[in-house]
Order: sequence, then structure tokens, then C-alpha cells
Amino acid sequence: MLNYILRRILYAFPILVGVNLITFFLFFVVNTPDDMARMQLGMKHVTPEAVENWKQERGYDRPLFWDDTASGVGVVSETLLFIESTKLFRFDFGVADDGRDIGKDIRERMGPSLAIAVPTFIIGLMTNITFALLMVFFRASYLELSGVVLTVVLMSISGLFYIIGGQFVVGKLMHLVPISGYESGLGAFRFVVLPVAIGVISGIGSGVRWYRTIFLEEMGKDYVRTARAKGLSEGRVLFHHVLRNAMIPILTGAVVVLPLLFMGSLITESFFGIPGLGSYTIEAINAQDFAIVRAMVFLGAVLYIIGLLLTDLSYTLVDPRVRLS
Amino acid sequence: MALLLGSVAPYLSAANWNSPYSQQGVEEQVLYSSFSGRPKHLDPARSYSSNEYTFIGQIYEPPLQYHYLKRPYQLEPLGAAEMPVVTYLDRQGEPLPADASTEQIAYSVYEIRVREGAKYQPHPAFVPVDEVVLEQVEQLSDFPQQGSRALMADDYIYQIKRLAHPATHSPIFGLMTEYIVGLQALRDQLKEARKQHPEQWLDLRKFPLDGVERVDDRTYRIKVKGKYPQFLYWLAMPFFAPMPWEVEQFYERPQLKEKNITLDWYPVGSGPFMLTVNNPNRKMVLERNPNYHADFYPTEGEPEDREQGLLADAGQPIPFLDRIEFSLEKETIPYWNKFLQGYYDASGISSDSFDQAVQLSGSGEAQLTPDMEAQGMRLQTSVSTSIYYMGFNMADTVIGGTDERARKLRQAISIAVDYEEYISIFANGRGIPAQSPLPAGIFGHQTGEQGVNPVVYRWESGKPVRRSLDEAKQLLVEAGYPNGRDAESGKPLTLYFDVTASGPDDKARMDWYRKQFEKIDLQLVIRNTDYNRFQDKMLNGSAQIYLWGWNADYPDPENFLFLLYGPNAKMEKNGENASNYSNPQFDQLFEQMKNMENSPERQQVIEKMTTILHNDAPWLWGFHPKNFGLYHHWYRNTKPNLMANNTLKYARVDSAERTQKRGEWNQPVLWPLWGGVVLMMVLIVPAWLGIRRREQQSLRKEVS
Amino acid sequence: MIELYAAIGAKPLFLWTDLLIWLLVAVIVLGVSYTRKRPHLLEPWHRVARSRLAMGSLVVLLVYVVIGLLDSIHYRPALKSTEANAEVHYAVEARTVLDWLVGDLGEQSEKSYSAPLATHLYSRESIETEAGTVRDYPRLQHGGAHLEDPAQQRGDLTTSLFVGGLQGVLVWLAIALIVAMWLRNRQGRSPLQWVVSKIRGQSDEGDVLPWHTILWVTCVVALLMMMAIQVGVKYHILGTDKVGQDVFYQAVKSIRTGLVIGTLTTLIMLPFAILLGIMAGYFRGWIDDAIQYTYTTLNSIPGVLLIAAAILMIQVYIDNNAALFETTEERADLRLLFLCIILGVTSWTGLCRLLRGETLKLREMDYITAAHAFGVSHLRIITRHILPNVMHVVLISIVLDFSGLVLAEAVLSYVGVGVDPTMYSWGNMINGARLEMAREPVVWWTLLASFLFMFVMVLAANLFSDVVREAFDPRLQSRGERS
Repeated sequence: MLNYILRRILYAFPILVGVNLITFFLFFVVNTPDDMARMQLGMKHVTPEAVENWKQERGYDRPLFWDDTASGVGVVSETLLFIESTKLFRFDFGVADDGRDIGKDIRERMGPSLAIAVPTFIIGLMTNITFALLMVFFRASYLELSGVVLTVVLMSISGLFYIIGGQFVVGKLMHLVPISGYESGLGAFRFVVLPVAIGVISGIGSGVRWYRTIFLEEMGKDYVRTARAKGLSEGRVLFHHVLRNAMIPILTGAVVVLPLLFMGSLITESFFGIPGLGSYTIEAINAQDFAIVRAMVFLGAVLYIIGLLLTDLSYTLVDPRVRLS
Repeated sequence: MALLLGSVAPYLSAANWNSPYSQQGVEEQVLYSSFSGRPKHLDPARSYSSNEYTFIGQIYEPPLQYHYLKRPYQLEPLGAAEMPVVTYLDRQGEPLPADASTEQIAYSVYEIRVREGAKYQPHPAFVPVDEVVLEQVEQLSDFPQQGSRALMADDYIYQIKRLAHPATHSPIFGLMTEYIVGLQALRDQLKEARKQHPEQWLDLRKFPLDGVERVDDRTYRIKVKGKYPQFLYWLAMPFFAPMPWEVEQFYERPQLKEKNITLDWYPVGSGPFMLTVNNPNRKMVLERNPNYHADFYPTEGEPEDREQGLLADAGQPIPFLDRIEFSLEKETIPYWNKFLQGYYDASGISSDSFDQAVQLSGSGEAQLTPDMEAQGMRLQTSVSTSIYYMGFNMADTVIGGTDERARKLRQAISIAVDYEEYISIFANGRGIPAQSPLPAGIFGHQTGEQGVNPVVYRWESGKPVRRSLDEAKQLLVEAGYPNGRDAESGKPLTLYFDVTASGPDDKARMDWYRKQFEKIDLQLVIRNTDYNRFQDKMLNGSAQIYLWGWNADYPDPENFLFLLYGPNAKMEKNGENASNYSNPQFDQLFEQMKNMENSPERQQVIEKMTTILHNDAPWLWGFHPKNFGLYHHWYRNTKPNLMANNTLKYARVDSAERTQKRGEWNQPVLWPLWGGVVLMMVLIVPAWLGIRRREQQSLRKEVS
Repeated sequence: MIELYAAIGAKPLFLWTDLLIWLLVAVIVLGVSYTRKRPHLLEPWHRVARSRLAMGSLVVLLVYVVIGLLDSIHYRPALKSTEANAEVHYAVEARTVLDWLVGDLGEQSEKSYSAPLATHLYSRESIETEAGTVRDYPRLQHGGAHLEDPAQQRGDLTTSLFVGGLQGVLVWLAIALIVAMWLRNRQGRSPLQWVVSKIRGQSDEGDVLPWHTILWVTCVVALLMMMAIQVGVKYHILGTDKVGQDVFYQAVKSIRTGLVIGTLTTLIMLPFAILLGIMAGYFRGWIDDAIQYTYTTLNSIPGVLLIAAAILMIQVYIDNNAALFETTEERADLRLLFLCIILGVTSWTGLCRLLRGETLKLREMDYITAAHAFGVSHLRIITRHILPNVMHVVLISIVLDFSGLVLAEAVLSYVGVGVDPTMYSWGNMINGARLEMAREPVVWWTLLASFLFMFVMVLAANLFSDVVREAFDPRLQSRGERS
């Protein structure tokens, strides 16, 4: 087991190197250090000397990939690519182009992101499972039919409409929650309610359909027939046996997204003014602050790989027949 | 969900459900405001944008300030005890009489005396720092001990030296090297010193700066090259606020840097307020500085100020506010809605919320809608000291150059692009078509027939009328482009418009521009790009037609006209003359005008300059935006002041009224929730009963 | 050629996405004719064809597709020339066949906002009258401009709707009769009789298609379209936006963008996904490792960030080669194409992994090991035996991806890395409309228009893809039979 995990972590290393190379290439090709300097120095009275000075102070005056002037290993290690990359692998994200420490910002912004993402995920999962079960329970009644139609309809609406509509109705017309903002601690409740509710509702369409197929698949299995033959009521069969067995594919499927919850939601966070990692990313894109973007890409990649690892592990835990090789 | 919400929310806070604040602030004088993005720099030597000045204007006190109420803008002492005394020197350093001619003056020396009794805000930099504490702190407020000390002339000198520090990246360094004696030499020294000890803090006291002299504890002199009357305006900006050396040394510790505790983030000033909560991701709070020196509300103003109650507090000690809470608000819609709900005390009006707030009266005057009036709001308008213009790249082969052909073409376009329509569509009338670079309120701006750009307008029955399209087409014919085609080759004239469009409104805007050119049969291709690419094009001079704006640093015509001064060209020289306009006659007049005091002679020179500009048409003059500010009834003592950035110390708030109004305006509407619950019941119950019946039937079947 | 262009007063403009769209059409036509001759391939399609839901939504989708295709033939109209015999020059603003068909609709702009079907502007303005200056709602320049008295609007609308409805029925009847005449299996009835019987809901022996549903849906669509045309020439059906442009026109023009993103993205990524997926599963070993490494790496980069970087890159390219782009449309088009490509890069990995798994299973099958034993070449085995057997996976993922991509466009526009801001798209419309929700009175129609157009298309696509998946997925079929 430990051996396996170790091997997977070693395997992750080349992936991270690849990710880093791609992002480095993409961002430094489009955004030369001169661009960054001008972006940061503002509109007024920017002299070439100021640009040069900024690059020097930030260490952006080094060559990108290859340093002819250095000797030995220096040709590679004295370059921007090498220095920036090795820092990332030590999880030292460095400073943003505007001079703030990225690591500190990421730690601070993780909380609000999780405050939205975790409840949305858990409540969403429970709601979806509940509705899917109800639809299976009310099989062949008008409720199932309308449920199926409703889920397709919900699925066909762009997420943006849920947010715009929700803010308008609940925040503006009904005065129930603040329209946007955030606060740490218990006070966050007021601010989190609406984004979470909207997150859950916008996920219902696809979620319920997916779980419904899983339940229906389970319903076709032999043990269900046996249980029915024993004279168990439909409700008991469904909620006791089917639900328990279906939890395996549901949970193993959910594990992969768990680490990515840290990354926050881009759209929700910026619409509701929540200072999480999602809005951090968007702000960085808009401000073209690629030190932050590179850090976020790296973080995202690490979390994704952790997610994959967790999925594999959860398969073995749930089903002992699956061996890790 | 609905039940949960309904039952929990009232217990969470006694306030309104939708209040974005946890406490109501009834007892205290609190002002609620917002910021739209995290300010990038709060270091007074570095910061240079209005959203940053919102904060540091209240924290740092430069030697001078603008009078809050008087117009035209007038400087008065703030950190200084009185207005600086200037002496002129000749090349040998001998004093000259005050009326010496500009050519004789080699240096001007400003002697400034520091105000007595001013102290810094409480700050840990002024007490010895405990190394253990240093490791543990997460933010500045975690330091248990704080101290203060009195302001000294050295602090002002220290700050001027900081402008030259390579790590400060001061935006005005380049500009100031042309004026302050020895600034460039200091930069070179500092660079050298940093090369030798890269990681070490540089104590700037040890580096001499020729142009600044300490006379005594409270007096210092600044030596400026030549005659530069505008220097006083710079002294009213935070660049020249005092900075104690202890503070800079304090923030140099690596333990603090890695926690984002830097001078760029935690300002230390002597102004009316100090920054106590500094979370740029959410909230910034300014609190009253307990060490603030005696300061009083102005007793004089313009005649109408008394009627409007702006002098009700005359002579009272300021600041009135205890706290100012700034919340992060990136999107305009939530901001506007919260303002309407009473959670922000003031609001600018974005174009989209305009109709709701403001109507234009028959005479074109803006007034509040009855709804807003009923809510007790107040509207204040002012023409800003800025300009948004459409520039022609004078280095371009088609549209640029000073030959007759290109000039006529530019003039024709100037007539065709109807900025009156632009203002009414995209700015809801909040702007004034510009006749020259100078906005109202700046010396040299002219009203009436004299002020009108004769190339674009005719003066008819007391108002300017845009010249007809026929005239524009005639100009095109003269330029050799009849019907928008090159007279020789017959090719249609295609022009390129370089923009950075990304906003939701921009498609409409670009379509509009295209239509304007189509009116005189010109083809306009829009080259949309991102900010950096756009900057590149401007720098290497490959843009053709572009949009640009300028916001005045100080109320002097020099600050606008230098945008067209030849040696300031953007191309290759990276100056502010984005059009790369260069006309020797204009340049010569500019040099003459630059150093003059405001006088009828200066007015004459400026008139000559504007005439040249009108004729050359290097810009399509665009418009001067009008600022519309909305204030709730409980927010008092507001008067738009476009130059001063430390105005919050004059503000006053009636908290009791605010609390009451907020309650009235934010009654929760609950019936849709209950309606939803009932609807769910109605849907589910019959099906549930159906299932029950079915199961019981099958059960009965089995039993029987 | 040049003379020809001059004669018709237009010069075709070949945009990359246009070419690819028509290429896609060609591929589909070829695919259909290939499938028609092979009963075993046709069989699942029959299942789709029998579904009323699928055929109903297909009709709706086809309407979208036709509009999109008409909007994918660009040309540059000739500029009016002053002297005879002068060389003809063409405008830099491209138009499409659709623009030509709808005529003035796109040109009829008002001053600013006006509500759907309104005759007056949405906000008061100072109007000069004989009595002096009054503040009132001014009349629109085009919307309802033919009415002398705005009070007649209701009557006029009813007439237009009635006329439009009548035309709709006629158009529909014409289409139905043409279809009927072309049809062989009419059981000896005349075309008219056949149509009537289908409308009544009779179904004949040997009918594959649910004609009843198809005819009814077509009828509704035809009615709506003709009514929209009748009303649309006189009024702004969905109002006008900030600069007075017709919102209905914008929504219609946005169809093309949605379709391009939904289809071209898959088209572009398909060859890579199929090739690499099958190669990984078939050859295993280091090839498998390399391919797996590639897609895990690409997958682990957050999509939005990758797209942002790529969009910036293409922006640099466009600016460095400004001379290549004569018109604004060409610039916007390249960005759209690149958006498709990069969306493809972020989404091909899923399909690739599926195909790899499927191939892994297939290569252990007896007939493939046998083929190996006979020395059949790898290429032949892949093209003859493996590719046809994984096509259902490909097909399912194409139809499933479509609606997701259309929805993604809106989100990307909000982030600022979507299609060019000068392009018509639902994302750009929503992005602009969200600011309008703060106005009082609320300007809701832009949001509603983009919502409706997008919703109908995505809903139809979702319904259709559901049926396709059920018809092709062997797993779902077995379950369907059991329950």
C-alpha cells in the first residue's frame, strides 16, 4: 500500500514538470517581463529606465531558458525557468507582480473558498441523491415524469442565469440576504446561504439524472428481486438495500473532486464578491499577473493528482477485490 | 432550506437580514464605503492612482493641501506651518529678486517649515521590537506595544530620498530628476550600494541629496532646477509626505515581508486616520488617529456653500468620523443595490443605474428622480479635470503628419465622429464635448464663442453647432479622398482603430465608432487587443487611431498641454504625448507658457496654442466626463473636490437616521418562501398517497 | 472571377470557421450515405428515428442549423462606385447570406433601449414641440413607425400575427406536401390525404419516422417563424439594447457562434482523441505511457487558465500579423477558431481515455488475436476491426459534449477569455445584460432573449443526445430490455 502511494507520488513528479513547462512557456511567450513591468507601473510617467529597474528588482532580467553568459550548470540554472520552477516545487510561490506574497494570500483565501465549496458539495450530493431516490420511488407516476422533464430543463439553463436570477430575486426583491460580500466566522452564514443554494440548484439537473441511472442500474440486480420476494416494502428495499449498494459508485466518483474544492468556483465567487481562490484566479487573469496564475496552475495540478490517487485508493478500500498494482 | 433560513436568520443578528455588516454602528460615527479592487500600493512614494489615494490621502499628510471649499482650487498649508517661501538663484547660486526673468533663474529654493505639534499615529516601529513577537505576528495589530513621535524636517527629507530608491519604483522619479537637484546622482549611489549589499536595508540618512537641505529640526529646503511654479502642486501630493526612517527599517525585516507586512501595505502617517484593518481581499478600515494634530473645519467658502449647509460645522475640530469601513465590491450591480438599500453612504452613478437615479430636466440639467428625492438623496455634479480623447498617431503615414492632406482628413473625421451622441448614449449625458485639451476649472479654459473649436463647430444663435457632414465630405475631397476613396488609385480609404475592448458594452461602442466613420464613407477596421499589446503598439508607433485619457495631476494648464509637447513623444521616448505630435511653433509656445504665472499674458499664449491645436487636430478632442455623486441624506458636508484627496476628514454622518432608514428599506419579503413550500406539498402529497395505497393494496393481496 | 464578383456586387469572404463548418456538413452527408447502405449501422439510427422526442428536437435543431449555415456564408458587399468603369472595391465589414435575407432588421437601430414590441423609447427625453420642450417618451424611428397613432398598435399586432400565422400554415403545408410527394410509403394516398392522416395521428405499417410529431413540431416552428418575420419587420420583437440594436437580431446572429463552438470543437479534437486513444490501447507499452502522460498533464492544468493563456497567445499572433486581416470579422474569426481548438485540447482527454479502455478490451477479442495470427497489418486491424467497433463511443461523446460547450461559451465570455467582444454571441449578450438588471425599471429583454435562444437549443440538444445515447450504448439497452 505505502509502496504504491510512494510510486504514484514519484509518477506525479514528471507530470508536474510537464505542467510547469507548458504554463511557463505559454505565459512568458505572451507576456514578456517588459509587459509585466508596464502593467505594474501604471499609466503615467513610465520611463524605460523605470521598466528596466523593475525587471532588475524582480529578477526578471535573467534569460528565459538558456544563459550563455554563465558557465557549467549555470547555463540552465541561472535562467528564469529554472529558478521560478524550483521555487514552485518547494511550494514557495514567491511574490505576485504587485509585490504581495502569494503563499500567504492563498492560505488566506482558502477559507472562504471552502466555506462555499464544501457546503455546496455536501448539500448538493445529499439533495441530488434524495431527489434521485424519490424519482425512483415514485416510478411511473406523474412525479417521475415531471422530474425527468425538470432535470433536463434545469440542465439546459446556463449557470450564469441561476446566479443573476438568484441575486435579483432573493437579494434585491426579497431582502433576505446580503447581495454580496463575505465575513469570516459565524457571520459568514448570511453570505454563504445564497451562493450555496444557487450552487446546489444549478447542479441538480445533471446530478439527479446521473444518480438516477445508478439507482436504476442497481434496481435491476438480483438482490433487489430477492429482497422484494422476501416481502420487504418498496421503501425499505430502496432506502435500505439499493441506497447502501449504490453508495459505492457514488462515493468513489465523488472522491476525485474533493481536493479540487480548494480551488473554489470562478464564477460564483466573483459574482458574490467572495474573497476565495476562484476570484483570486480571475483577478489574476484580468490583471495579467502571471506569477499568481502560474502558482494557481501548479496548485490545481497537484490537487488533481491527489484526487486521482484518492480515487484509486477508495476503490481498493470499498472493494477488496481490486488490487493496487 | 427555506425553513432553516426563516428560523435561523433573525437570531443571527438583530440587524436586517440582508445587512452586509455585523454591527450597526449606531453610537459611533462610521462611514460605509467601498473599494473596487485591491489597491496595489499604499506606499506614498509609489502610489499614484485615485483608488489608492482614497486610503493614503487620509493617512499621509504632505506639506500642502487644497482648500476644501474654495474655487478655483487653492493651496493651503497642511503639514507645513505656512506656505513655502521661494527664493530664486542664478547660476552662481546668488539670490535673485522675486521678479527676475525666467532666463536668469537657474534654481528655485523652497523653504518649508514643519507644523508644530504634529505626531505620527501609534505604531510598533516607534518602540523596540521583541524578536519573539516578531515570529508570531500575523498582522500588524498583533504587536502588543506601539509608540509615536513628533514629525521632523528629517522625515520629509527622508521621503524625498526614497523617491530615488531603486526598490521603491516611484512613478515620479523620472519626472523629478528633471527638477530636484541631485536626485539622479542619489539613485546611482543607491544602485551601487545595493549591488554591494543586495539584501541589506539602506539607511538613506547616510546618503546625501544635494537638492535638499536640512536647516533645523523643523525647517528644510528643496532646490529645484530653473523656475517651476507647479512644484507647489506636487507638494500637495503624498509623494512628499513625511516618512520616519524607523518605519522603513522596521518593515525591512524578512519575517514581516513574508507575511505581506510591508510599508507598501501598512502605511504609517500623521493624518486624521490610520489603517487598522487591512484585508484587501475583503475589508479595509480607517480609524481616527488619536495623535492627530489640531485641525478645524474651514470657515470660508463659496457664497452658495453657506446656503447648502456646508459651513454649518465651520471652525469645529475635525475629523468627525470615528471609523471608515471600506468593503471590497468588484461588481457595480451589488454596489448600486447596496447603496439603494442604505448600506453604502455614497455612490457614483454608473451609466446603467442612471435612469433610475437621475432625469435630465428640460434645460438639460440633471436632477434626481422623485423616487430618489423621496429617499432623501442628494445629487452633486462636477466636471472632472480629465479628458477622454481619440488620438491620431501623427507618426502614421496616412493619418499623421502635418501636411495639408492628412490634416484635412483628421479635420473631416473630427466633424464626423459625433461626441455629443456618444455622450448621450454611452455616458447618459454625463460629459461635456471637449473643445481643447483644457477642461473647465483649469486656467486657460474658455467658455462661449471664444472657447469653441472652429474646425468642428460653428457658433449659431448663442451655442456651438457641429459642422455638417457635407463640410466634412468637402474636407475629404480637398484631402484627396472624394467619397472616401483615394483620388488617384480609387482605392477606398481604410483606417485602423486600435482599442482594448473587453467589457460588455464594448461591442456596442465599437459598432458606434464604425458607423461614425461610415457617415463620411471611410472604412474603419477595429484592431482589438489586450492592454500589453496595445501599449506595445503605442510605444513603437504602429497604432493609427486610438483612445486615451488623462486625469490631471494638478490644476494647471501645463499638466494638459504637455501631452502634446513634441519632446514628450510616446514613440521611442516613452513620454506622455501619445499622438507623437510635434509642432515646433507649439513646442516653443509651450516652453514659454510652462513657467508663467497665471496672468492675461499666459492666457494669450494658451490661446495661440489652442488655435494651432484646433487646426492641426492631432486629437479628436473627445469629452470631459462629468462626475455624478449620490449621497444619502444622513451623509453631510460633501462637496466635490477633484484635487484634494483627504476630504474624508470633513465628512459627517447621522448614524441614528441611517439605522432607522435601513430598517425601513429592508423589510424581508417572505411570502414567496411559504408559497414555495406549499407548492411542494401540493405536488408531493397526492403521489405519496398514491404509493401508500398501492403498497397497502399489494399487502392486502398478500394477506388474503 | 473578379468580373463575376463585380457583377453580383459581392466578394466572398472565406473565414476559417465557415470552411470548417461546411467541411463538417460534407462529412455528415458522406457519413449518411455510407450508413444508408449498411443495415447493421443503420439499426441504432432507426431506434433514434422512431423516437418522437428525438425527432421533435431534431426539427428544432435543424432550424438552428439552417440559420447557422446561412450565417456561415460571408461576403463583402461592393462599395458604391461614383464613376463608371472604376475598379470595384469591397467593404471591410462582412455580411452573410442571413443578413441579406433578413434585410434591414440588423440596420434598423433606435437611439437606445426600447421594450419588446414598443413604439416608444424606454426612457424619457426632451422633445421639442410647438408648445415648447416636453419630457416624454419619444417615438421609435423604426419600431411601429408605420402607425399614425400608437394606440392602433394592438390591432396592428393582431393583424400581423394573423397574417403571419396564415403564412406559417401555408409554408408548413407546402413543406409537408413536398415531403409527402417525395415519400414512397404513402399507402396509395394522395400527398394531401397523407398529411391529413398524419396530423390526425394515424401511423402506417412500415413507417420509421414519427410523422405525427414531426409535422406538428414543424407546424409550430413554421408558425412562429412566419409570425416573427411579420412582426419583426415592423417592430422590435425583443426590444432594443443600449445603442438601439435589435435584440432579436442579435440573438439570431449568436446562433452561429453557439453552433460553431459546439460542433467545431469536437470536430477539431476528434482525430487526436481517436488516434491517440486507440494507439494507447492497442500498442500498450511505452506508447501507452507517453499518451497517458500527455493527457494527464493536460488534464491537470485548470481549463480556464489554459484557455486564458491560449487566447492571449492568439491575440499576440493577430497583432504581430495585422496585415493578414483585412476585416474585423477575420480577426474575430481567428480568435473563435482558436477558442475551439483550445477547448478541444481541454476536452479531448475524456474521450481519449474512454477509447483507450474500449480498445484494451477489444484487442483481447478472439477475432483480433486471430487477425494477428494471420499477419494482418496493425493499420488494417485498427481501421477494419477496432475503429468501427468504438464508433458508438465517439458518437455518444459528440452529442453529449455539444450542449456543454454551448453553455461553456457564456461562462468564458464572462471571465473575459471567450469569443471576441465584437462578435455576436449569447455569452456577450448575457455579460452585457447582467448590468442591465440593476436598472429601474429593469431592462430584462436582452437577458430573456439570450436565455430563450440558448435554452431552446441546449434543451433540444440534450433531449436528442439522450435518445442517441440510449440507442447506441449497449449497456443502457440491455437495462432497458430488462426493466
